[in-house]
Formats: sequence, C-alpha cells, structure tokens
Amino acid sequence: MNSLSSSRAFGLLLRRDLLLAFRRRSEIANPLIFFVLITSLFPLGIGADAGVLRSIAPGVIWVAALLASLLSLDGMFRSDFEDGSLEQFMLSAHPVSILVMAKVFAHWLVTGVPLLAVSPLLGVLLSIPAEGIGMLMLTLLLGTPVLSLIGAVGVALTVGLRQGGVILSLLVLPLYVPVLIFATDAVGTTVAGIPITAQLYILAAMLVLAISLAPLATAASLRVSLS
Amino acid sequence: MIHFFHQLSSPRYFYDVAGRLIPWLVFACVLCMIPGLYLGLVEAPPDYQQGDSYRIIFIHVPAAWMSLFIYMVMAVSGAIGLIWRIKLAEVISIASAPIGASFTFLALATGSLWGKPMWGTWWVWDARLTSELLLLFLYLGVMALYNAIEDRRTAARAAAILAIVGVVNIPIIHYSVEWWNTLHQGPTVTKLDKPSIHLSMLIPLLLMAAAFKLYYAFLVLMRARCEVLRREKNSRWVKSLVGEAT
Repeated sequence: MNSLSSSRAFGLLLRRDLLLAFRRRSEIANPLIFFVLITSLFPLGIGADAGVLRSIAPGVIWVAALLASLLSLDGMFRSDFEDGSLEQFMLSAHPVSILVMAKVFAHWLVTGVPLLAVSPLLGVLLSIPAEGIGMLMLTLLLGTPVLSLIGAVGVALTVGLRQGGVILSLLVLPLYVPVLIFATDAVGTTVAGIPITAQLYILAAMLVLAISLAPLATAASLRVSLS
Repeated sequence: MIHFFHQLSSPRYFYDVAGRLIPWLVFACVLCMIPGLYLGLVEAPPDYQQGDSYRIIFIHVPAAWMSLFIYMVMAVSGAIGLIWRIKLAEVISIASAPIGASFTFLALATGSLWGKPMWGTWWVWDARLTSELLLLFLYLGVMALYNAIEDRRTAARAAAILAIVGVVNIPIIHYSVEWWNTLHQGPTVTKLDKPSIHLSMLIPLLLMAAAFKLYYAFLVLMRARCEVLRREKNSRWVKSLVGEAT
C-alpha cells in the first residue's frame, strides 16, 4: 500500500468510480432527464412568449441544474458507505481529502459534464441568443464543479442517515446561492450585450476556493459520520 | 485563569457555575432592558421622516446583530469542540442554534413589519434581507442535521462542521447578494436616512443590544445545563442531584 503514490491512488479511484458509473448507465441518465424535464416545464407553466422566456432562461436552466446536481449527490458516497469501502478509504495510507477529490471529480464527470453537453439544446429551447449560450456553457463549466464540491460536504455529513436526501437539500441549497447569483448574472448580462469578466473571475475564484477547502471539510465530515 | 477554564470544561463544575450565574445575568438583562425600552419607546424623539414607526429599530437592529453574533459563537465553539474535543464547547454550540434561529426570525419579522409602513411592502429582495433569510436557512440546516443524527456527540460534531462551512460562506453569500442587488436595481432604500444616529436614539439602542446579549447569555446557559444533564444522565453526580431534588 505504501508503495502506491497518492496521485496513483487518485487515478485508480477515479477509474473505479467511472467504471462503476458506466456499468449503471441509467443512474447517470436520470438526473439528466430530470434536468431537461424541469426546464421544459417552465415554458408550459409561464407561456411561450420568447421575450419572457429569454429573460428568465438563465435562471431557469441554472435552478434546474442545481436541482439535478442535488438529486445526483445522494449517490456519491451511498454505495461505498453501504458495502464498507468508505471505511477502507478512511483507513488507507493516503490523505482522505485526495480520495474525496477523486470521488468528487468522478461524480462531476458523470453528472456535471452531461448537463454541460445538454445545456445548449435547452438554451435554444428557451430562445437564448448564441453568445448567451456560449456564456451559459462557460458558467456551467465553472459552476457545476463547485456544486459537486460543496455538495460532497453535505453528502458526507448525511451519509449515514435514513432521511438523508431531504436534509441534504436543506444543508446544501443555501450554500449554492452565490454560484447561482453570479452564473445567472453572467449569462443575463451577456445576453444584454454587455461584456463581462468580473462574474467569471468570481466564479473561477469560488471554484479554486471550493477545490482547496471542500475536500478537507468533506474528509472531516466523513470521519464524523463514520465514527 | 487556565485552571479556571479547565475546571469549567468539566460538565459538573459548569452545571454549578452556570446555575449560580444565571440569576445575575437575568438581573443584568432586566436592568438594561427596562431603561432601554423606556428611553426608546417613550423618551426618544420621533424621527422627522418616519414618525413613531422607526421605534421598532430598538428590537430589529439588536436582533439582527445577535443573529450574526450567535452564528459566530456557534461556529467558534463548535470548532473548539472539534479541535480539542471539549464536550462543553459542543454543548454551547448546539444550544446556541435555536436561539440564533429565533433572533434571525425576529429580525426578519420586525424588518418586514417595519418595511410595510416605510417601503409600502412587506418584503423586498434587498441585499440585507436576502442574506438574513439565507442565514435563517443555515441555522435551520444546522438544527435539522443535529436532530437527524441519533448519537448526540456525533450529531454535535457534524453540526459543528456544517456551522464552520457556513462561516466560510457567510461573507461570500453576503457580498454576492449585495452585488446581485446593486447590479440589478441600484441602491433602492437605505435603512437609516442619516449617516449618524442621534444620541437620544443611540443610547437606548445600545442598552437594548446589551440586554439582548445578556438575554442570550442566560438562555444559552440554561439550555446548556439541560443538555449537560441529558448527556451525563448516567453519571453519579446527576443521579445524586436528581435524587436530592425528588
């Protein structure tokens, strides 16, 4: 075990999680379908007026992305917790935060990237102009990893609980607010024709902050949950 | 000094000291609150623009201060409990959460009552209101997590981690909401028209703030005493205490 370097452990765990995810493809698809479904409910509820849709589209897509990522979070540590491999991760010689990082990265690749891929389609459905769609994808690229990272802390805290899912949403959604604000604002401002950089820098800063701090908090939470 | 704190962290000693401290804190709280309310509600002159309705400030602003202050107490004592494994810090942290949530709710409710005559609406998506609302959600999250976990020590530690994560996020949430607001609407309504507040209003405000702090202090001690008893219910001193009482 000691001969294994931490970066190698990261790679192995990432590969394992991706493999597990691809063996259960329907679980990947469900949050994605949810995302598309939620977004397509809004025109039905609000009306098909393109002007109204365009003004609410960034918010709608981002809120749907928040909910879809929340829905997929619950499974992040669940199966590892149930079959005991999570305890083995805790006992391993590598820093737990690095292993957590691998799991979060795998989770983002499996849930965040598909959202990113579908978002242009939804943007077209909600009549966002082309430059807005590019910005939407950029904000999703910067924002969804933050969602996964913050969400991991919440999942780690609730992993042993029976009604974890409901509490998870209560814990995590208030922490998602800053991402939502800056991402939707970036898209809205771009659609209005004003060039933006500040919002993107702040999103990137939040991403860096989340990458550096969230794995530590997640590791501490896992230790508490497994104690 | 260190010896005193060391002793204080033993639940039994804390129980005694807190029990002796509470009457004094109640007394000091009443001593601040009565003149504070009298000066604020009767003596202070009506505002030249807002008339008498501004007087809710003497509840609203101290409650809003307390909502942030208690969150910091909760997170710091939670961190102390996590790092040095001091049980008492965990107890204080978790005993603070419902009180803080109540103060946050009070600040929101009085703010909304104040907003109706002043702004003509119960609620605006103003930066401060929104961040206060999110603070309430953070408190509720901490309480929900604590209540969901059966083992009390695990629950307190999990809640402490969440509180600390919240502390990192509070400034981010606050500034993002503020920026969001200014980007969209520009400054709409500022709370105090004048940059400085007149002395006849400042004194009752500070008295009320002190009263609220003392109120929190004795309330948290009372809650912590109950929690200590519940946690130590199998120890000998609690049994003998209960035996004496009945």
